[in-house]
Amino acid sequence: MDAVFYIAAAVAILATIMVITRLNAVHALLYLIVSLLSVAVVFYTLGAPFIAALEAIIYAGAIMVLFVFVVMMLNLGTKTMDTERTWLRPRMWMGPCILTAILIAEVAYLLFKAGAATQGAAAVVPKQVGIALFGPYVIGVELASMLLLGALVGAYHLGVGKRERLETPDVIDSDATRTASGRNPVRPGAGGSSSAA
Amino acid sequence: MTSFYPIAIIIGVLIVALSIASGLIWLERRLLALWQDRYGPNRVGPFGLLQVVADMIKIFTKEDWIPPFADKPVFVFAPAIIVVTVLMTFAVLPITPRIIVTNLNIGLLFFLAMSSLGVYSVVLAGWSSNNKYSLLGGVRAAAQMLSYEVFMGLSLMGVVVLTGSFDLSKIVEAQRKMWFVIPQFVGFVLFLIAGLAETRRLPFDLPEAESELVAGYHSEYSGMKFGMFFVGEYLGVTLISALIAVLFLGGWLGPCLPPIIWFFIKMFLFICFFILLRASLPRPRFDQLMSWGWKLMLPLALANILVTGAVVLAHR
Repeated sequence: MDAVFYIAAAVAILATIMVITRLNAVHALLYLIVSLLSVAVVFYTLGAPFIAALEAIIYAGAIMVLFVFVVMMLNLGTKTMDTERTWLRPRMWMGPCILTAILIAEVAYLLFKAGAATQGAAAVVPKQVGIALFGPYVIGVELASMLLLGALVGAYHLGVGKRERLETPDVIDSDATRTASGRNPVRPGAGGSSSAA
Repeated sequence: MTSFYPIAIIIGVLIVALSIASGLIWLERRLLALWQDRYGPNRVGPFGLLQVVADMIKIFTKEDWIPPFADKPVFVFAPAIIVVTVLMTFAVLPITPRIIVTNLNIGLLFFLAMSSLGVYSVVLAGWSSNNKYSLLGGVRAAAQMLSYEVFMGLSLMGVVVLTGSFDLSKIVEAQRKMWFVIPQFVGFVLFLIAGLAETRRLPFDLPEAESELVAGYHSEYSGMKFGMFFVGEYLGVTLISALIAVLFLGGWLGPCLPPIIWFFIKMFLFICFFILLRASLPRPRFDQLMSWGWKLMLPLALANILVTGAVVLAHR
């Protein structure tokens, strides 16, 4: 199990470096998926099979699909790749790298000092996770669910508002709707300035 | 002998799964022909059975062309994902108490994880082809599979509540008194529909709708790369049918006949049902498909969990 842990961890780190250095957004996302999957393997070797499965289902399987979906819709071309290239000049990444190196050094020092164990004591079954979530941590779960519900309602509100605005040009032909809406509608192809109407 | 047995099981499951999947090409054409009052392939070999071999030889000798405008690594990689993810799921499938590759205690979650990763195959194929129709197919596939996955997982939670485990072998053992299709009928119907959508079979084949998108996400694919999508689809049908048998119809349980025979009878029942659906149902419009998933199936799945949970708590 030790070897599996180290291999998965190495793959995770390598894949994450590739995420940062890729110029093509879809390729970067693919490496991110690999990184998330190897983190799932790391969780499994540490004795958390349930979290490993959730990592694969939710992060790698659902959230990343949405990311890929959005990037596909944007259809980023060579222009964005050029922008990315300018962002990856040494001048840009030297600062963050030095700061990260200090943090890594600190973590390594603490680990060696404590002689920490890399692996969990025993496997945590799904039932225990459920009991912990809906026992001592129930307030956190409820707060998170309320936050997500709020986000859902907000996203729905934004989506509906946009659709109404898009649908108005369909009914501008009648005078009644024009006065009812109380503003100057712009006919498609009218040059884009509202004074024309 | 003990160390040799697991390897024999792995190879056996792989060979059986792949030969059933390719055999389905013949079975589907024959059954469709039967329901449409014609013969279907009946020239090559007995009952046209060797048609599969002929088709395979043909597909291997076809030119395997990668379009110059495609994103090469992703284009080559995409068809492999669907076959790998589906074949990985066969590893946790309990065929009989003895014939199982690995008895994972989160087997059901492993299946859900693998099926959600299978989406990438279609989406990336659509994107890397660099073709409008392919991209539209890929976008449709992403939206469809994401929305049907949500209630696919939820529809199975009733079974998990009744069993108290994600372990597929334990789920089968818990059905000794009564198959889960009776107490979990809503979950069964929901999973059947979600499974159909996951395999992108006919009522849900909008990502590759021929009449509007040429061939959808695999428009640019040819030769064995197209063959991978083809076999992947039939592997998916086999897998979903096997899982329905395991989760709702008691897997290998049954009187008189040996367990393995029962398993295959139940599995082929659903494979034939899938083919019958293809023969009889029209294709819905894409917005109908999405609103059906989110506005009808998802609330039903949530209500099913609520009622199942309440009943289980009341009985304790």
